[in-house]
Order: sequence, then C-alpha cells, then structure tokens
Amino acid sequence: MSSVLITTFALALREIRRHLMRSFLTVLGIVIGVGSVVTMVTLGNGTTAAVQAQISSLGANILQIRPGQGFGRGGGGGAQPRPFEADDVEALRQQVAGLVSVAPLVQSSGLAVRNAANWSTTIYGTNNDYLKAQSWSVAEGRTFTAAEEQAGKTVCLIGSTVRRNLFRDESPVGEAIRLRDLSCEVVGALAARGSSMGPMDQDDVVIVPVRAAQRRITGNQSVSTIMVSVNPAYDSATVQASIKSLLRERRRLQPSEADDFNIFDTQQISETLQSTTQMLTGLLGAVAAVSLLVGGIGIMNIMLVSVTERTREIGIRLAIGALGREVLLQFLVEAVVLASLGGLLGLTLALGASLLLAPMLQVPYIFDPTINMVAFAFSALIGVLFGYFPARRAARLNPMDALRHE
Amino acid sequence: MSAEPLISLRGVTKTFGSGEAAFQALKGIDLDVQTGDFVAVMGPSGSGKSTMMNILGCLDTPTSGEYVFKGVHVEQLDRDQRALLRRRYLGFVFQGYNLLARTSALENVELPLLYRGEPKRTRRDVAMDALRTVGLEDWAHHTPAELSGGQQQRVAIARAIVTQPDVLLADEPTGNLDTERSLEIMRLLERFNDESGITILMVTHEPDMAAFARTTVKFRDGLVEAVETRPARDRTAS
Repeated sequence: MSSVLITTFALALREIRRHLMRSFLTVLGIVIGVGSVVTMVTLGNGTTAAVQAQISSLGANILQIRPGQGFGRGGGGGAQPRPFEADDVEALRQQVAGLVSVAPLVQSSGLAVRNAANWSTTIYGTNNDYLKAQSWSVAEGRTFTAAEEQAGKTVCLIGSTVRRNLFRDESPVGEAIRLRDLSCEVVGALAARGSSMGPMDQDDVVIVPVRAAQRRITGNQSVSTIMVSVNPAYDSATVQASIKSLLRERRRLQPSEADDFNIFDTQQISETLQSTTQMLTGLLGAVAAVSLLVGGIGIMNIMLVSVTERTREIGIRLAIGALGREVLLQFLVEAVVLASLGGLLGLTLALGASLLLAPMLQVPYIFDPTINMVAFAFSALIGVLFGYFPARRAARLNPMDALRHE
Repeated sequence: MSAEPLISLRGVTKTFGSGEAAFQALKGIDLDVQTGDFVAVMGPSGSGKSTMMNILGCLDTPTSGEYVFKGVHVEQLDRDQRALLRRRYLGFVFQGYNLLARTSALENVELPLLYRGEPKRTRRDVAMDALRTVGLEDWAHHTPAELSGGQQQRVAIARAIVTQPDVLLADEPTGNLDTERSLEIMRLLERFNDESGITILMVTHEPDMAAFARTTVKFRDGLVEAVETRPARDRTAS
C-alpha cells in the first residue's frame, strides 16, 4: 500500500508538471489567498507589536493626568483648560494612597548648544520621580539632589541621543550646555532606552528640575502634565477615582460640572489598542480567507475537467484491477498536492510581500510560524475538501463506460 | 483436463435499459470453458459477444443467471471484490490497445503490478521480462505515440500477461491491425496459451484469426448458436 502511495505522489507531481501552466492558474487563487492572509496577519502582528512597544516604553501602571477633557471631546475652541500647579502635585503625593511616584511635567523644546555643536531637542522639566516611574536609570553621573529639585537649580540630565550629538565620546558629566537662554551643568547622562518604534526618539531629551523649567524656560508656574505611577498592589480604578475626587475638589468643580482634566491610563490604552489592532487583523484575514475559498472552487473546477479528460485512463486502471478507493486516492492526492504547492507559493509570496511592506509601513517584520503553518495546513485541507467530490466521481465511474469514453 | 470447468455460465441474461426501451443483449447463455482452452468468440455485431466478454471480465454483472469462476459465484460479488478478482486472475487486451498516453511502455506494463503492491524494483524487472517476451525490450522507454499499432498491442499483451493471469480476455485484439501484424499478435497469444497454459477467450470477426483457437463459440441474437472444438494439433495448419 505504501508503495502505491509513493507512486501516487509521483504520479500527481507528474500530472501537475504535464500541465504546468494550467496547474499554476488553477492554484493562483490559493496562492493569492494564502499570500494575502499571511501577509495581513504578519503586518497586523507587526503593528500590534509596534503599538505595544510604544506604549510600554511609557512605563507600566502609569497614569498621565492632563488638563482638558481628553481625547476627542472638547478639543475644538473654548477656553484653554486650566493647567495644574505645583501644589496639586504635592497634594496628590500626600493625600492619595497607592502612588509610588508623582512627577510634574513641564514640556518644551529648544536648541541645546555646547561649544560649536548644537542639537534641537525636547526639554522636560520634572523631578527624579519621573525617572523612577519610567524605570529609567542614569548611565553616568547622578540624578538630581533634593536640594537641586527644591531650589530649581540649573542642572540637567541628558538623553543618549543628545549626548551623542553634543559630546560624541567625551564624558558630559560636569560640562555646561546652553538650553535656549539657560546655561546648565550636566550632572548625569541617561541610559539609552533603545530605539522606540516610530518617529518618537525617547533618548532625544534634556531633563531639568521642574522649578528651573518653570522659572527660566516657560516663565510661568503651571504644570502641563502630572505623571504618577501606581503601586501594583493597589487597584488602578480605585486610585484613579481618588485622584479624580481630589482634583475636582482642588479645582472647585460643582457636581453638575464635568471633569476639566483627564486621566490617561497607559495600561488601558494599551489593551484597547491591542484589541483594536487584533480585531482589524482578524477582519483583514477573514476577507483574505474568502479568496482561499474561491481558490478551492478553482481547484474543484479543474479537477472535474481533469476527471472528464482522463475518463479513459480511469477506465483502464479500473479494468486492470484498481479499486475505487485507489482511484479516489489518486485524484485526491493530486488535488492536495496541487493545493499544497499553491500554499507553499503563497507563503513565499507572503514572505516577500511582508518583508517589502513592513519597512514601508514602519512596523517590524515578525515571522509568525503559527499563521504560516495554519495557512499551509488550510490550503492542503482545501485540496481535500474540493478534491474529494471530483475524486469520488472518478472512483465511481463504471469501468466499461469509462473505457468506451472518447 | 480438469472435470470442473474454469468458467461456467448458466442461464445468463443481460438487459440494458428498462420499460419499452429495454434491450435484451443476452437471452440465456450456457457456456463452459476449461482451463487452458483457447476460445474464439464469433458472431455478427450486436449478437451479444462483447456483452458476454464484459461479464466474463467482471466488468459488468448479469441481469440474471449464474457466473461461476474458479468455483466462485461472481454475480454475488461486490464492486471491490470483482476488482480484486480482475487484479488477481484476469488480463485484458482491447481492440483500441488502451494504453496510458504519454506514459512509457515499461510503466504501462508495470501498472497492474503497482496495484498488486509490488515494490518498484520487482515491478521494473518483471515488466521488463514481459516486454522481452513480446520482443519490445528495446522500446521500453517509448510512449504509445512513438509506437506502431502492432507494437502498442504487444505492449498491451505484455501488460495483460505480466501478472501471470489465469485467463486472458481479448476483445478483437487484431481489429485495428493489418494481416501481417495480426498474425504476429496471434502467434504471441498462441505461445502464451501453449507455454504458460493461460486460458484465452478472444472475440474476433476474422476466420483466419479464429483458426488459431481450439474452440469456437458462435453467437447470434443474444444466444450461443454453436460451439465447435477442433483436435489439438489441427489449428496451427494455417
């Protein structure tokens, strides 16, 4: 029996080779189907991973509190939302349980200059808590001292991109750089966070104490964002609720008034985005799967033609003593081999397309063995499903009628 | 000669179609064929001889009656059992050769061995031997399209005898060939009958070819009209 099976495979391959062009056109549906399913899913996974990396680089269990009504709503027109103040930060630190760190954030941008070198970068006014929340460490030098934070001294920490552009291989610690009008001493160089995906380079940053930024750069007392990290032992929703009630109280909001600030939960955003990209991936994959089905019908069509064309051959085989199920197996194997070859071609196509498209879409290429295997198995399965009907028709031919067939 | 016939038909009828369009091709055939016999089946077109050959070849089943082959009631076998019987005991030669196109002579001859589950090496050797006996060992790798009609029929005969069957059924094996090629084919059949003791049943229209047979069965209107048996030594006279 195994000898028959091997020969059957050889026969199927030969039959496919004989009609190379026809076989190729037959499996084109499968090729395109498998190719598009795998490409969609691969790129979808890449997108998910990119979004995930972006978000997790913000830090885990981090809440960003911003003035205004948040995403989408209240953005158009109206008064500028009231910013936070230094006292709000202090109140959060003292009155809300479950916060590991509370960091005010004042954001600006400007040119950093050192001797002849200059570099346009992002300037953060914040405190050591910001580094703690991000679990960001100092590669060289030190973080701010309490006194520096308190007094708002003109000292700074620089990110690795800034360091590379201003100092090259020299040690920056103790050197002075100029930030806009402000001359400040570099006390530490931050560890590289690595290349985060997309246009945002997190290492392209200079950090100064928040008071220094307020006084010398923005020129006001407002805090644009408060970043807090939540102790994982506490329930994030409860912590968010107490932050909310405290801030409402401090901002004197009536019960009828809506919040004029919003809490941005990275965890929640990450979950939402992930489920969205997964859903989109699934949807695109499903659309592509329809073409697989169409490909299967193409195979069935050609196999039916093939059975008709080879009726005489089937008659000869049956007369010589082939069993119905042996003829069935022969045609089934042929359909499966055909479909599987189409699947392999499709996987190759998907590999090429993904490698080509991933850089264009700025997502990483992630080889997913599961989807490749599933798609291949599916194409073989399509061969079985759509090959069975024509094969059964061949097997049920009456040998005498088949022999007489012209 | 054994007392028990190899093939025995009793009251075999075959009706095609039903109702008013029904046509009775066989109207009750009784026939015994002994092991080792060489039978020529003759008769005008439509007299039922091909229908009987199909029934004998287990390609078709009788509408009624009994067909006993080697003591087995073939009319009671199912499709697969009849296929296995063909595989094991029967060889076929057709008027139109019926070789697989675009497939070498050797592979055509190997085909019945494949369904017997013989390993590749054995298939090749045995098929090559069979081609040698029909004098086509030099043409083993040619496809039917590259062979003459006579050569194709010899390949078909090699395919029929490669499994060493008990019975060879030939339906007008020389119908498409000129006299010289026909005689070649007949001598070949005669040799297998003599040397290997294969029982041969052959449908033919030509008395010259029928002359090779020992027994002649004449058909007319779905019935056996006459059975003539000649003395063993008489037939090679022509």
